[in-house]
Amino acid sequence: MEKKTDKNSYTVLFAIAMVVVVGSLLAAAASGLKPTIDENKRLEKQQNILYAMGVNENDETSANFVSTDVAPKLFKDYIKKQLIIQNGEAIEDTTAYLIDVKKEKTLAKEDGYDRRLPLFIGEKDGKTFYIAPIRGKGLWDAIWAYVAMDENMVVQGAFFDHKAETPGLGANIKQRFFMDDFIGEHLRFQGKFKGITVAKGNADPKNNNKTDNEVDAIAGATITGDGVSAMIKSDLKLYASYFDKLKTN
Amino acid sequence: MIMGILSKKDANLILDPLADNNPITIQVLGICSALAITAELEASIVMSISVLFVMGVGNVVISMIRNIIPSKIRIIVQLIVVATLVIIVDLVLKAFAYELSKTLSVFVGLIITNCIIMGRFEAFALGNGVWRSFLDGIGNALGYAAILIIVGFFRELLGSGTLLGIPVLGDPIEKTGLYATGYENNGFMLLSPMALIVVGIIIWVQRSKNKALIED
Repeated sequence: MEKKTDKNSYTVLFAIAMVVVVGSLLAAAASGLKPTIDENKRLEKQQNILYAMGVNENDETSANFVSTDVAPKLFKDYIKKQLIIQNGEAIEDTTAYLIDVKKEKTLAKEDGYDRRLPLFIGEKDGKTFYIAPIRGKGLWDAIWAYVAMDENMVVQGAFFDHKAETPGLGANIKQRFFMDDFIGEHLRFQGKFKGITVAKGNADPKNNNKTDNEVDAIAGATITGDGVSAMIKSDLKLYASYFDKLKTN
Repeated sequence: MIMGILSKKDANLILDPLADNNPITIQVLGICSALAITAELEASIVMSISVLFVMGVGNVVISMIRNIIPSKIRIIVQLIVVATLVIIVDLVLKAFAYELSKTLSVFVGLIITNCIIMGRFEAFALGNGVWRSFLDGIGNALGYAAILIIVGFFRELLGSGTLLGIPVLGDPIEKTGLYATGYENNGFMLLSPMALIVVGIIIWVQRSKNKALIED
């Protein structure tokens, strides 16, 4: 005799019931947890920006952020100004750090939209840091960074992160041995914006030469490294005119 | 020790997959994730724990509903159970253990497609009770973990000269420790093909020790 569970009607009913149960379960979990997740993301942005300007709890080799309970306070203390640059004009806005760089990049692909560029100006020990968020493509998915510069576009600190690069290879862009190589590197070359290339076969693996616009690549992570070079070139270039103005003023 | 708590039959559900019925080296399942994430020991361990959780719970869920699953769509049902589990775990981690969730995000997709999980659902949980299915899930996940950790250990040690991110062989740039003797990291170990070769060596060792495993 045919089993009850082999009947077509049963199969269809089971499928419908399963979709309803699983669907509502996932929807409930997603919307119930959304506020907490969004808050986590907001704090992470503050931690990242602070990290780039050297406000962090790094020990010998590993990269450590300030803890989430103090991040909002430190962010207020250290970040003196938040700017949105659009159509060549810089406007102050205290929510600039919440701008979704990914959305802005997508919008900018359409005609007639000039991207809103967030820029955070921080001060620490009398030094001024200009921190810009940038975003690009790695091997598997998005990569992004916060780069802190001085008024001459010399990198003062950088924090790289990624969504899904390969552990042990591309994922190493968020290791200090890679990020710290950027410190002191010049983004300009002979006065003009050039960017920083993640170079293979670099003759300078200890990175003593800070004006060659190159840092040493990670073995086995060519495409992630190329992605890093590309996003620095394309995204930080947009800030170059702001820095040029800064110089003439 | 395990024998004291479990009957011999139940204990074998955990012990068999660790050696003579290992999911990777004998059943040859889950190879893709073994290649993808074993360049680092830490990633191997994290992946092992994730799979342990999903296999244990997944096998229990499938075993509980095994009598009401329509056989015609059982594979789809299995897939949905594992995908739902993984997504819920991911959401909970994002909300309450944000740092950890970022480390794990790479593995989420890989867990859903891990054929060990689907394989054990189909081969065991659909036909066995809840407790035995749970043990089978744990056993296979541990067998998987053992291979992952061995491969991760050798790939990180020989490829980067580190273990869990800590340099153990000296500094390759300053030429200290072992590097002073002219030793070099083998960059090839970091690439996926070497994971296959390491797994191959494990299979070779295992089969030359236990001739019964050799197929004609």
